Amino acid sequence: MSRHRLPDSPRARRRRGLIRVLVVLTLVSGINYVAWRWLYSVNWDNWWIAVPLVLAETYSLIDAFLFGATMWRIRERGEPLSPPDVTVDVFITTYNEPVDMVMATARAAAAIRYPHLTWVLDDGDRAEMRRAAAAAGIGYITRSADWADRPRHAKAGNLNNALFATEGDFLLILDADQVPDPTILDRTLGYFRDSRVALVQTPQWFVNVDDSDPLGSQAPLFYGPIQQGKDGWNAAFFCGSNAVLRREALMQLGVVGYVREVEVAVREALGAAGAMIAQARREARHHPAAVAALDQVAAAVDDARSDLKAGQPVSEVTYRFQQRVDAAGQDVVAADLAALEADLAAIETLPIETDGELNAVVVDEAALERLAVREWSPLGALESIRALVRAVDVDLVDEAQPVMPMATISVTEDMATAMRLHALGWRTVYHHEVLARGLAPEDLGTMLHQRLRWSQGTLQVMLKENPLVQRGLSLGQRLMYFATMWSYLSGFAAVVYIAAPVLYLFFGIRPVQSFGGDFAVRLVPYLLATQLLFLVVGYGIRTWRGQQYSLALFPLWIRACTTAVGNVFFGRSLGFVVTPKTRQDSGGFPWRLVRAQLVAIVLLVAALVVGLVRLGLGLAPTAQGTWINVVWVLYDLVVLSVIIQAGRYRGPVRTEEAV
Amino acid sequence: MIEVDVQGTGNSAVLRPRGRLTMVTAPQLRAAVAEAVDAQRVLIVVDLSACEFIDSSGLGAIIGGLKQARQAGGDLRIARVGSQVATVLQLTNLDRVLRPHDTVEGALHDG
Repeated sequence: MSRHRLPDSPRARRRRGLIRVLVVLTLVSGINYVAWRWLYSVNWDNWWIAVPLVLAETYSLIDAFLFGATMWRIRERGEPLSPPDVTVDVFITTYNEPVDMVMATARAAAAIRYPHLTWVLDDGDRAEMRRAAAAAGIGYITRSADWADRPRHAKAGNLNNALFATEGDFLLILDADQVPDPTILDRTLGYFRDSRVALVQTPQWFVNVDDSDPLGSQAPLFYGPIQQGKDGWNAAFFCGSNAVLRREALMQLGVVGYVREVEVAVREALGAAGAMIAQARREARHHPAAVAALDQVAAAVDDARSDLKAGQPVSEVTYRFQQRVDAAGQDVVAADLAALEADLAAIETLPIETDGELNAVVVDEAALERLAVREWSPLGALESIRALVRAVDVDLVDEAQPVMPMATISVTEDMATAMRLHALGWRTVYHHEVLARGLAPEDLGTMLHQRLRWSQGTLQVMLKENPLVQRGLSLGQRLMYFATMWSYLSGFAAVVYIAAPVLYLFFGIRPVQSFGGDFAVRLVPYLLATQLLFLVVGYGIRTWRGQQYSLALFPLWIRACTTAVGNVFFGRSLGFVVTPKTRQDSGGFPWRLVRAQLVAIVLLVAALVVGLVRLGLGLAPTAQGTWINVVWVLYDLVVLSVIIQAGRYRGPVRTEEAV
Repeated sequence: MIEVDVQGTGNSAVLRPRGRLTMVTAPQLRAAVAEAVDAQRVLIVVDLSACEFIDSSGLGAIIGGLKQARQAGGDLRIARVGSQVATVLQLTNLDRVLRPHDTVEGALHDG
């Protein structure tokens, strides 16, 4: 490991040493428990709950392994280097947030000490926003005309558009509500003295959240040990805001992405060409010359395919292909000339006249050329061939701009972008210092939308560009991306963890051979080691909310999985909404939003009562089994109770001076 | 600042950017391509022999020019690249789309 020694303080090294001991203890005790469960403890008679339970426990053990791997290289960076002399653009992205909020952020951005230009990127194209920015002397950018009628790609599209309207070496990205500290650039630019660093991410911190934080908005475990652990593997994540990026790295991503998209588009178009030509043959069946020309098109398709396979540059292959289709079109014109002659002669606007001396048809060359131009030629009149020619090209005509630096494969552009940067060999940095303060959602509905969006985005990336098989990533980086994606599968495990004790207490259905004997002996050390690891990692920060929500939002995590699969594999909509930064409503308790959790709570409470009554009546299988399940149910209830607090939450108490 | 020398005959134009083709100077190349396309000179060769350094933004401008030329029914080709440019083309895989030609004439005629 000396090769990978991390440059941090002796105190940090001692802490990491302790964490590593606990990671090993957790994994050893975890494997000891889960392996025993699989081999000796599954009650196959009740396989329908026994197998889900042991699978859920295996899921949790893998989760613990990934968490341990993250913590293994936890890295506390010291003071940053002084900033180099560079040019910087500060981007404030907005879609529909109140102008006052955006301007508060923009004014703070303009006041950042390090020399820079400030821009409001207004995806809403609002006149009022434009005026406010102009009045404050702040730059204003909105989508160029190229984006009309093309996919907008949400925030990623907004940033990609702005990248071509600015020219700074670096860019600081801020969400509309993230008010930056004047020193934010002085504290982060120094890392870019290393020319391989592409990104410096700082924490997201929310000012409108008090200590109880019922919505779990602060993410101190993530913007702390988890990012620091990922940083140790050179896998610090990009989180979309409060981050500084190197333009060159993003543009390189854009160029590489362009090449990839063009190759895919052309290969797919040539692959589908057979069907398109067949369609064209049907369209042209009364036009023998065109049918003959289609043979030439088919030959051109074959040649283009083999040229591509031989490694010839795509632009040449596509150019030649288009030339040959054009030539085929011209042949049609020439062959049809005799047939056309009569018709054309009847009309006065002719490119053809008869030469008196030669008694032959004289053709106006220019007009003929015009006829042969794709759209005019009989071949070009075939819709399918026009579509084919359009698709076998290098201009990515369906996109607003051919170069898209920010990844557009996901509703959350940040994770995919960072992963591609890592795959190209760039480095990222997590700088653990709050340098921007934002606004968290203040009601449950808005919070749920935001979490759904994040989890859907993460799962989209996992399904489209699985980190385990991406080229260019190190093993550690693969694990770090996979860890975050894996954690979003927790909803399924949660359902099992709720159902299993309920079934036992209600009906005495045992998912395990026995809750007695070895069970506790093997389980308790594992649980203790896990909690101890959590305690040390999360020392001094509030991690309990995060633990609660990873279980309590199980319906949302499951929905994220099903919608992401539906989207990626079946092209269905995600039901995506932009996260509102302002409070949505202030009605009564939002029953509709937490129905599933409330059902679970009722079942758990009922199970508690029924289980104890059955024990009293001597109907329970064993007393130890009942007590273990009672404790289990109580834990579930304590975890789920957060959802009641969240539903009742009406935002922080506001005093006059706070507003 | 770079200068873009423009030579044009018939439907072709040769653009010769000089100096560094970077995020700062890329807009000038884009403008030169647009001007050539507007003048119906849609077969464009970018002669990079006088280009000392190109970054990804410069490559982005070349891709943008390729799109403009294609949409006008023409083409954009590159010629006479130096070693730095060749390295960047390989690094980004852009050489899988655009062939670096040895000479301007070759670029004009090879297709």
